[in-house]
Amino acid sequence: MTSFSLDVEKIRKDFPVFSRELPDGRPLVYLDSGNSSQKPNQVIETMREHLALHYSNVGRAMHVLGAESTEAYESARDRIAAFVGAPSRDEIIFTKNASEALNLVAYSFGPHHWRASGTAAGTDPRFTLGPGDEIVISEMEHHSNIVPWQLLAQRTGATLKWFGVTDDGRLDLDPAVITERTKIVSIAHQSNVLGTVNPVAEVAALAREAGALIMLDASQSVPHHPVNVAELGVDFVACTGHKMLGPSGIGVLWGRAELLDAMPPFLGGGEMIEAVWMDHSTYAPVPHKFEAGTPPIVEAIGLGAAVDYLGEIGMEAVEAHERELTGYALDALREVPSLRIIGPDSLEARGGTVSFTLEGIHPHDVGQILDDQFGVAVRVGHHCARPLHLRFGIPATTRASFYLYNTTGEIDALVRGLHHVQKVFA
Amino acid sequence: MIGESMYQELILEHYKHPQGRGLREPYDAEVHHVNPTCGDEITLRVKVDDAGQILDVSYEGQGCSISQAAASVLHELATGSTVAQTLSVVDEFTRLMQGRGQVAADEEVLGDAVAFAGVAKFPARVKCALLSWMAYKDAVVRSAAQ
Repeated sequence: MTSFSLDVEKIRKDFPVFSRELPDGRPLVYLDSGNSSQKPNQVIETMREHLALHYSNVGRAMHVLGAESTEAYESARDRIAAFVGAPSRDEIIFTKNASEALNLVAYSFGPHHWRASGTAAGTDPRFTLGPGDEIVISEMEHHSNIVPWQLLAQRTGATLKWFGVTDDGRLDLDPAVITERTKIVSIAHQSNVLGTVNPVAEVAALAREAGALIMLDASQSVPHHPVNVAELGVDFVACTGHKMLGPSGIGVLWGRAELLDAMPPFLGGGEMIEAVWMDHSTYAPVPHKFEAGTPPIVEAIGLGAAVDYLGEIGMEAVEAHERELTGYALDALREVPSLRIIGPDSLEARGGTVSFTLEGIHPHDVGQILDDQFGVAVRVGHHCARPLHLRFGIPATTRASFYLYNTTGEIDALVRGLHHVQKVFA
Repeated sequence: MIGESMYQELILEHYKHPQGRGLREPYDAEVHHVNPTCGDEITLRVKVDDAGQILDVSYEGQGCSISQAAASVLHELATGSTVAQTLSVVDEFTRLMQGRGQVAADEEVLGDAVAFAGVAKFPARVKCALLSWMAYKDAVVRSAAQ
């Protein structure tokens, strides 16, 4: 383990969950961080302290607690902006999760239906969408980057198109998919099933050439790699707090300020307004234009603590550690008879998510035995990416996903468990 | 371990060697049921004669060992029995599965289906066991309506 550039044993001590045992004294082997990550003391304590001593509503309370709460909430925005390389902190919109961030952008498109009073916003041709216009996604998307665009196509009469996926789990980058009618392209930065890291620069170049906007679902990349949104060359990035050591209930949309300004509001309510009359309203500048109602205050602050924690360890070190684990896992899994890896078989442009099938054994049975007898927590099913599984002609996969706190010993436990599963079903 | 009690030999046997699998003619009703949380699915047909005797239960589906073995056991129990008898077995099986492991199984009524008793302790897997049985109940009701 000395070759790792981060101290896993020290990191594990920060996560209380790793000090517990499962029923029957089994140790916990948590290989399901692609689903949701565990939380370090630094996040738990920051949230506890805020709830205990500083809690109040944000942005509107004229007292000490209101000021402290607002300061903590807005400071979390600053730190998250720095963590993802946002050129401006106002480009960081807090949402409930990545799904809401994706839906927010999808709802910005439509016919010429929206006009903010006194402004020309909403008539921006980049956000007008109707019959004949095209939305482009890919076959490897999570349902949260499919369904919002299906709904948009249904609302507007636009056409939904997609890039296919090759047999080895790569994006099939057919340039003909994007045309001059394409208005928005939205793809995963890293697949939540295959682990594939998509060639963002190439897709962005195709989108630019066609005059289309481009969005990235970075739910699986921001937690695991150094990501700089400005350098990616895209327009929007969605990610979620609970997959990056933060709590659930908080997500992030980054967008280029000029576009966020041109977009209509998403949800209406308190704090997203400038002034309200009985028959119309004007809206707050970004980011608050998109944050209607009391936000998830403590969750945002918790996410701020999470990016502090990750930043201190260094995302290069996190990435290198996961790369080593993934290489180890690919080698070990290749030795398991009749195991088929669904996704890239090499470390080339891939992250620490490995999905596979065992011939003749359903993933639910694999997951049940791994959990019951080895304490190994993996995810089984279609991982909210059913079309991708249909593409490979399989109903489900077993998925192991790694994070900074995982060890090669835990991958050994997974492999021992898989051998046992095969014995039960032999 | 708890998992061992769920994967009874009889269940594994039915999973590896499913009885009566495949869709057959003739039939009175065909239903398709899915479990959206895990993607398991089954297409099931029943053929009932005028006296209410089940002449055939045929099915095709995909899913975990629990869902597939449950369909196989259902085929064995139902074929040759009557609508009234099988519906009371379905009710008893449902009661057992929804009992969270606290309900004693009536082996007299359930026969081989008693092997699924261990599944009741796993709320996430109860739907796997019930998928084909609920499809069967649906199919029998539809065939009677014709």
